[in-house]
Parts: sequence; structure tokens; C-alpha cells
Amino acid sequence: MSTLTPVLSDTWDAEQGWKLSTYAARGGYDALDAAFAMSPDDVITAVKDSGLRGRGGAGFPTGMKWSFIPQDNPKPKYLVVNADESEPGTCKDIPLMMGNPHVLVEGVIISSYAIRANKAFIYIRGEVVHVIRRVQAAVAEAYAAGHLGKDIHGSGYDLDVVVHAGAGAYICGEETALLEGLEGRRGQPRLRPPFPAVAGLYASPTVINNVESIASVPAIVKNGAAWFASMGTEKSKGHGIFSLSGHVARPGQYEAPLGITLRELLDLAGGGRAGHQLKFWTPGGSSTPLLTAEHLDVPLDFEGVGAVGSMLGTRALQIFDETVCVVRAVLRWTEFYKHESCGKCTPCREGTWWLVQALTRLEHGQGSEADLDQLLDQCDNILGRSFCALGDGATSPISSSIAHFRDEYLAHLTHGGCPFDPARSTAWAGREVTA
Amino acid sequence: MSAPEIEKSDLVTVTIDGVQVSVPKDTLVIRAAEQIGVQVPRFCDHPLLAPVGACRQCLVDVPDAGNGRGFPKPQASCTLPVADGMVVSTQVTSPVADKAQQGVMELLLINHPLDCPVCDKGGECPLQNQAMSNGRGESRFSDDRNRGVKRTFPKPINLSPTVLLDRERCIVCQRCTRFADEIAGDPFIALIERGAQQQIGIAEDAPFLSYFSGNVIQICPVGALTSEQYRFRSRPFDLVSTPGVAEHDACGSAIRVDHRRGKVLRRQAGDDPAVNEEWITDKDRFAFAYAQADDRLTYPQVRDEDGTLRPASWPEAFAVAARGLAAARDAGGVGVLTGGRVTVEDAYAYAKFARATLGTNDIDFRARPLSGEEADFLAAHVVLTGPDLGAVTYDDLESAAKVVLVGLEPEDEAGAIFLRLRKSVLAGGTEVVAVAPYTTRGLEKLSARLVPTLPGDEAAALTALGSELDAATVVLAGERLATVPGALTAAAAVAATTGARLAWVPRRAGDRGALEAGCLPTLLPGGRPVADATARVDLATAWGVGSLPEAPGRDADAILAALAAGELGGLVVGGVDPDDTADPAVTRAALGAAAFVVAFDLRRTEVTDSADVVFPVAPTSDKSGTFVNWEGRVRPWEAALRNPASLPELRALSGIAAELAALGVGAPLGFRTVEEARAEMEQIGPWDGPRATTTDNSVTTTDNSATTTDNSATTTDNSATTTDNSALRLATWKQLLDNGSMQDGDKYLKATARTPVALVSAALYDAYGPTVTLTGDRGSVTLPAEIADDLVDGAVWVPANSVGNGVLADLASPGSTVTISGAEGVHG
Repeated sequence: MSTLTPVLSDTWDAEQGWKLSTYAARGGYDALDAAFAMSPDDVITAVKDSGLRGRGGAGFPTGMKWSFIPQDNPKPKYLVVNADESEPGTCKDIPLMMGNPHVLVEGVIISSYAIRANKAFIYIRGEVVHVIRRVQAAVAEAYAAGHLGKDIHGSGYDLDVVVHAGAGAYICGEETALLEGLEGRRGQPRLRPPFPAVAGLYASPTVINNVESIASVPAIVKNGAAWFASMGTEKSKGHGIFSLSGHVARPGQYEAPLGITLRELLDLAGGGRAGHQLKFWTPGGSSTPLLTAEHLDVPLDFEGVGAVGSMLGTRALQIFDETVCVVRAVLRWTEFYKHESCGKCTPCREGTWWLVQALTRLEHGQGSEADLDQLLDQCDNILGRSFCALGDGATSPISSSIAHFRDEYLAHLTHGGCPFDPARSTAWAGREVTA
Repeated sequence: MSAPEIEKSDLVTVTIDGVQVSVPKDTLVIRAAEQIGVQVPRFCDHPLLAPVGACRQCLVDVPDAGNGRGFPKPQASCTLPVADGMVVSTQVTSPVADKAQQGVMELLLINHPLDCPVCDKGGECPLQNQAMSNGRGESRFSDDRNRGVKRTFPKPINLSPTVLLDRERCIVCQRCTRFADEIAGDPFIALIERGAQQQIGIAEDAPFLSYFSGNVIQICPVGALTSEQYRFRSRPFDLVSTPGVAEHDACGSAIRVDHRRGKVLRRQAGDDPAVNEEWITDKDRFAFAYAQADDRLTYPQVRDEDGTLRPASWPEAFAVAARGLAAARDAGGVGVLTGGRVTVEDAYAYAKFARATLGTNDIDFRARPLSGEEADFLAAHVVLTGPDLGAVTYDDLESAAKVVLVGLEPEDEAGAIFLRLRKSVLAGGTEVVAVAPYTTRGLEKLSARLVPTLPGDEAAALTALGSELDAATVVLAGERLATVPGALTAAAAVAATTGARLAWVPRRAGDRGALEAGCLPTLLPGGRPVADATARVDLATAWGVGSLPEAPGRDADAILAALAAGELGGLVVGGVDPDDTADPAVTRAALGAAAFVVAFDLRRTEVTDSADVVFPVAPTSDKSGTFVNWEGRVRPWEAALRNPASLPELRALSGIAAELAALGVGAPLGFRTVEEARAEMEQIGPWDGPRATTTDNSVTTTDNSATTTDNSATTTDNSATTTDNSALRLATWKQLLDNGSMQDGDKYLKATARTPVALVSAALYDAYGPTVTLTGDRGSVTLPAEIADDLVDGAVWVPANSVGNGVLADLASPGSTVTISGAEGVHG
């Protein structure tokens, strides 16, 4: 394999690829009529058959999620697209919405039709104003072209789409916190049950899907479930965007079948920095336990990454070479979690406060090996004890880095500080001018 | 009790720490564990608040969720409902749960200051206690090795004039914010900021002004919330706690009086699921300084020959009072006004003193506007009812499909009723319908449907509502209906024809008990009708006196009129403020005209100043007593403080009666202590003969002809309203926090009272501006005006006792006509 499968990224290189005209010229919005020719349940079945799993990180089967919506509930149904992409290292939804917003809009229409929602929300991270504008423009274009609004394509189906700008909080990527934010409340996760499928937005049945999941739907409807299922691996089917960043020659988004390996992706990306070796990497953003060079041939699907003790997550591959101090990198991530902890539950709120202080001391070479064990014990008291997955994610880089690089932590202690020159890992390494 | 038996099929059997226990379905694991004696540590969990799962202290291991599969991670037992066959291992049997709890506790403490030695909560602190029981002894965060840096805040900040917040102590369990939102309906405190900086906050222009704000201090599991009143005043382990009953309204709320060395330092809500659950109003909590005021009477006084009051010994005061009353009895008789604050035991002493000693039925507990119709209503429908006899209870309010409020604003006048109604409304159980002039803030919080009604028109409104009432409806009639001719009769009639249940809600704590104890001109103790010869004989026999007076008595208004007219020779009066009475000027005139006055009061008042003999009385903290709440529920308490100079009224009445008996007047009371009074009341028991009916009391009705004509005058006045735009009917009631003398001495509490305003319609506001002057037959009041959107046409509302001497003294009587004018240049 190892060939790219540009589906979502197909139009990214086109002149004004984000325009409706460009998208339509390549067959955009054709899937709508195919979907309207099917019953909503058949659309759900097609998505189920395709094996599409949630692209937001957890990998829950998308079609099954849709089928949880109780259709006998008299309340309105809602589709909410989670576009609050904030995970460190993750950069797939934002380029997707910039490069091809219409595939998302088309996916929203088909998905809403399937779950019988007449109102859909796209919740976009508030900091990315350019992306919000682009999606707003796409939605406006779609309205103007009759893809949204009343009686879409003469099908009798009505849909309104609201593009909502978040206020800038990592926690709002958690689906129930997102719903709170969308309702105008403080973004903190909700108690479950009830699950959003039963009582989500405005206490009504709600499907919340990641941008990439929804954007994958038009092609499934157009090309068939079998086409989608022909890509990927047995339990992780289809294509996905792999975002390579860090010490790599050509960083960016690589859309490929699930199950591709990092070695293959690095080949496509021109390898790492010249003259350097891969040291560690994250398979799916900072919340997924980090991996090392020995995992270069692990198939990047839900099962393969899970088997080596990490998670596929959002396929955010952050590549770090041997110039990087793992303690320093982990501390930076931990500071992020401390800053973004919503404060609702004790382990995450207080735990991240403590983890930062503990890691800072270790980075400065203070303490003893016993502190490493204490740090792991703290992680154990946070992992699985917090209200939502943010607290769990905060411990992943720490415990995985100690597992793989315990000696490097100890080196800080014997060295009396960080033995690395941080400048060596920068983009301008070797080009420093000394006075 | 009315609680239905739990069906066997509703029970779910779970195994907790190897012990099987069956609990109702939907029970949370944390409470199921309590059933087997396992206390899972918790902070955010509160049985009366919705689960939130925020603190994560109550994590337990669940190896089997009831479906054969376990949870991979420890679960918060405060959010997890039981399932049949579930297996739970708490910290007692599961090392995983124990470590999880210890871990959370350690994390809770890293940012918590170690200021327990100076913290008000130290000694009664759930965090302190559970850190001992479920935490590690030594900190790993701030030990020599780690020297962790705690988060700090400048301290403290005011959330309201009474509630302070020390943010660094807060563990953000959200109990306070959930209380404010879910229970009180005043969500003026909320979480702000995030992460470790997350804190409780208020909006800049909206302090936490809630009538129930003090409850958040009590449920705070740490010392983050404190009151201005108690902060730094005492340590919990120095306090003695005595259960009590709140004396500020007729709810009968259970309280706990915390005192040290003879001084009350604070009051907390008691836990009575049948009455106030675990909540009390801020008035019940904070208004107790009045009993320690500088003007508190501590010794008897008699009027000297030079006309001044001088201290006297108790025996001398008894003798002087007895001589004066004997003379007054011969000079036309003596009236007895008990006031509405008396305990049942004291009321019984007044009732017996009037009948058996003074030989009169001229006794009334109603120190407020009243009517003969009300007395008939009380005799026919209220006295001798109670929860045991099927009367309306708090639980009934919760289960009623509909509750009609008439002449009652529960948030102001009966806080526990308000909270119970809100609980049921939020649960989707009860619809509240209010016969009122406008939708108050309290009614808004009850999602009440307003039946817009001009004061005075309640009877017609009630009758019109009849078609939608049925046996699942409760009608709550407030004491204010006494001022509306026909309203109480209409309430009784509508209840009788529709099957709706009816309850009467007075404002004062002592009213209902005084009714039962016989402090009405038409009723003897135990609800025995004066007009019923058998009842009189029954009581005379029990008391061992020859006979009881059969002449119908005067009610309070008639007593005052008779005093002013010189028909009565003397007055025994306790706890009556002239400004509370139907016509303060008449009351003052009567007091001035009375030849001989024996006054009982807690503090020096204008009544004691004009009395001939003054007896100090004990506040509720200093004596045992009993209140009967609006339900008819008997609420006894024992004295919190032992103060030998602070005696209940019944002791003084007994002393006077003994002296009178020595003079050959009447019989001695036969009891000198609360316990003896209780025993005698127990022995006499309630009347088991026919209850008085409204028609039977034609005598009383004619007696009150004066009052009735007064009312008709008011009614004719009202007809003018429709023609004159500036003439308005006066709607008024007392707000929870106002100028009431029992709120004296607490400036912080006073600062949380609502700003007095006159509520007018938008048109009147536009016509007369932001400050208006209202003029009635007793004077003028100038107040800032505010618009009440749905105020019924032709009405104006003002708080009854928030400015000046109150509406009755300064403006006009409720329901009468006042005129409005603009008050240019006046800043009221």
C-alpha cells in the first residue's frame, strides 16, 4: 500500500478549491441527490456498512452513533459538528475546513438527513477566525445554491446550519462541554447518562461528530460503502488525514488509508531532519501515549496503535528527533493541560497543578529517582479518576515518557539540570550567530 | 404518614462490601452504602441537590455493574444508581477504591491552606474530618522534598453583605452554586475562571442577594463561606447546640441554636424532612441579636407615685399588677392582647388567666388587621386540625397537582413553604396559581400563573377559580385575607364545593398556637366554643372553677375601642406593636386611655413605656415552649440558655393570678412552669364535641358590626378607583427582611433586604416619574417607583414595613384607596 488516497484533500490544490464552483465542478453536492433517493435509515445503514469510525479520536462507529437517536422522541433532533480542534499536534480539521469546506457542508446535509435533524451546528474553535469565515462563506454559498434551507433539491427536506464560534477552551472539544458552550453556558463536561443521543443539545437527541467523520460521508454515499471499506484494515476502514509535524522534511497533511505506518508516511514526507534520528513521536496528539523509533512499523489503525499501548487518536504525528529533551517536551504539554483544565473535578484541576511543579523540579535536576515513582503515583491518582478524558490525557505523555525514557529523566538528576541544548532542536539550529 | 409503602418490586438488591442490601431503585450507590453502615467520603454530594460528580472523592470499585461486567475504572458513587445484582467494593474492601480516595483527598489538599487553627470551620469541617479518616497523614506536595507552591488568593471577598468567600479554601464542589440555582432560585453565584484558578464569583453588579443565602454557608464542606455575623466569633467545639424552632414565621422550621457561655452565637438549619428539610431563611438564621439588645428588659417595673417606671421585685410587681387588675375588673373589665409571638404554653396561660382569673372572654392574639369573619373561619375550619387529622402538610404541597396562593406571598411570608413549592414545581409536580396583584420575584421562581387581582377582590377571584379546583388542589389562604370581606368565606366555600383542600397560613409563629390555646374571644383552650355550654362546663370542671364567662368576648379591635371609650378598665398586653395593628392611632389612643395596663415584653417599647406594670419576658432561646405551625404541627423545643431572670409569661401570669386569688378575684392558674402548663394542657385535651360553624356564631358577627361597617366604607371608597386615574387600591405585605423589631441588631442582615420601592404600572410610572408620593387617609409616603409589568390595573404595591413606621401608620390600611402623585425633586 502506502499510496495516498486523497478524498477529502482532493481539491486542496485546486485554484480556489474552497469555492462552491470548484467543488461542484468535481462532482460536489452530487451525493446529496443520491442520499435523498435513499431513506434516512438506508443512509445510516450505508454508513454503518462502510465501517466509518469516529475521526475525532475515540473511533466509535459513526453509523451506530446515528442509530442511537430515538426517532420516537418528539423533540427536534440536532447534528453538531465538533470543529473545536485544539489538541496539541492535531491539525487536520482546520486545514480541511480551509481547503474544502464544502465537503463538510455536504456531509452535514446528508448526516442531518439521516438522523432526521432540521438544524445543524458547526462548532468551530474560536481562535481560528479565518476558518470560521471560510466555513461561514461556504454555508452562505450553499444556501444561495439551494443546498441548504427549505426543500433542498426538491426533496422536501429542510435544513438550517449555524456556524458557531467557540470562545477558546480545549475542554469544549469534549462533546458535552461543547454542548454546554453551544447552549451559552460555561464549558464544562456534563454528567452522563443521559447521553447526548438521548438528551444532548437543549435536552434533545443530538449527534455530535468530528469534522472529518462528517466530511467522509458524501464520498461513502456517492461511491458506496464497499468502496470505503476497501480501504484501511479489517476493523479500521477507510481513509484518514495524517498530520505530520515537527522534525520532518515536509510536514503537512497526508490522506492515506488507515493502517499505514509511520515509516511509510515519513518516506512520503521526505524523512526526518537530515542527519538526525527519530527519537519519539505521538500517534494522535499529545494525549496519546508517545511511541519511539521501535514503533515505526506499527500499523496506524485503532487496533495496531492500541496494541502497543497508545491510541490512534487524531492521527496527529508529532515527530521529535534526538535533539529534543523528552522531559522538556512533556513539561510543555503538561503546562498546556494545567492551563486548559476546566476545573470541574479535583484530579484534573489539582493534579495538573501538581504535575507541572513536579516536572519542573525534575527538569531542573532537583530530586531523586523516588520522585519519578511519586510522579507515576500521581498519574495513577489522576488517570481514570477524573470526570472526563482531559485528566487522563494529561497523564499519558508523563507515564509513557517515563516508561520509554526513564534514563533521560535520571540524567537530569545526575546532570543537575537539562543535559540538552534546546537550540539544537529548533528550526534555526546550526544557524545561530554568536556575538 | 402519607408516604406510600415501597412496593417490593421497586427494590433493587446490591452487594456492597460483601453485604447484600435492598434499596429502592434509582438509589445512588453512596446512599445504599450508608444503609449498611459504610460512609463513603464525599464533598460535592448532598442528598437534596442534584448529583454532579465533581469532587471525585467518593470513588468506589464496581466489579459487577449488575450485567456481569465491571467498570474498568473506579466510579463516583454519588452519581451511580444501583442496579440489580450490582457488586460494589468501597474503601473498606477495595484497595483500588481506597487508593483512589486517598489520591483525590491528597489532591484536594494541595491547594487548600493549612489554616485550620484560625478557620471557622475547623472542628466541624468535612474536609478536615475526612482528611483524617480517608487521607494520608503527611503531605507529599508541600513536604521538605517537594516544597509545592499553593495557589493563593487575596482574602476574603464579599459575595453579599452577609456571605464572605475565602477563595483559597474553596474546593469548588459547587454545593453553594447548586443550592442557589436549584433550591433558592437565586443563581447569583457561579463558577468563574478555570483550572486551579476556578472560583465562585458574582457579577460585578449583582451580589448574592437571596433570602436563603445563609444555607450555602452551612452546606459548604470547607471554611470557604462564612458569615459576617459568625466569622471569627467562636470555635465549633466551644459551642453547645440546642435544637429549637424558628420564631420568625409560621413555618415551624427546625433550627439549631449554637451558644457559648449564655450567649447565642449563631443559628443553623435543623434537619426535618417533614418540615423545612435542611433549609431556613436568612431571617431564621441571622435574626437573633434582638434578644441580646441593649434595651432588653431584665427586671419588672412598676409605675411610681411620681409617674415614672421604677424597678420592682417580682413579688411586688405581682402584687401591684393584681391590685390594679382587680380594680380595673370592677371598673368595666380587663381585656387581654397576647400578640402573635407567644408560645402555646404562654398562650394557654393568657387564655386561662382571662377566663378563670379575670372572668372575661375579651382576649385576642391578633395584633394585626383582623375581622369577625376571620374568627369564625378559624373556629370553623382551622382550629383542631393538624397533620394527624388529615390537614394539609408540606408533603401535600409537594404532591398536590395545583396549589392556589391567596393573600400569601410565600417567599416573603413563609420561606419554607416557598422552598417546598419550588422543589415540587421544578420536579414538574405542582402548578402554582397565585391570586395576587402582580407576579412577584418569588412567584416567578415558582413559575406561578397569576390571577391578577386587586386587593379586596380576592373573594370573587377565588370563586371564579372554582371550576379548575378539585381534590388534588390545595388552597393556601394567608392571614392577610382577614382584611378582605368575604375572602375567607369564599375560600372555605370553594374548598367545600370542589373538594380542594384548604389551609390557613398566618405570618407569626405564635398565631396558630394561640388559636389552639384559646386566645380568641369565641374559643376556649382546646378549640372549645365559648358559645357551647357543654364546652364551657367541660373546661370549668377540668379547671376546677365554678363557671366560665359565657358572655361573648370582644376581639382585639373591639377591646381597643372599648378601652378608648372607657368601657374597659384595664389591659393585659404582651408583644403588641401599635404600628402592626389595624389602626395604629386608635391603638395608641386606647393605650393612653386605659386606666391600668400590665405589659409583657422582651424589650422596652412604647407600650411598656405607657404601662403601669411591666414584666420582662424570656426570648425563645431562654425558655422551653411550643409553636404550632401553619400545618397544625406541634413544634416543641427546650430552652437553650438557662437564665434565671428570664421567665416565660406564664410564670408572671401565674404570680399575678395567685395575688388576685388572695384578693378574692378568680382562681390561681395552677401551674408555674412550662412543664406544668404542658401537663395540664395534655390533661385537658382537645374538644371532642361539635366544632363551631360559621352560622352558629351569629352573635360574634353582630359583635363585630363596627368592623364590618368599616369594611363597607372601604368598599365604597374602592368604587371611586375606576373613575379617578390617580386613585389606586393599596396592595401591601411585609417583606421577609424589613424594619421588624426582631431583625434589630444585625446590620449585615438588614443590608440584604430588598430596596423599598413602590410598584406601579408603566403608565403611572410615565405619568408620575421615578419617585412617587402616595397619599392615604393616614398620611403620605414617598418612595422610588418601579414598574411591575403585570401589575393589575388600579393597584399600587408598597412594602408594609420597610419605611417609616409602616404602611398602617403612615399611609392607609391594605385594600383601601390611596392617591399617587409625582415627587419632583424628592429623592426618596
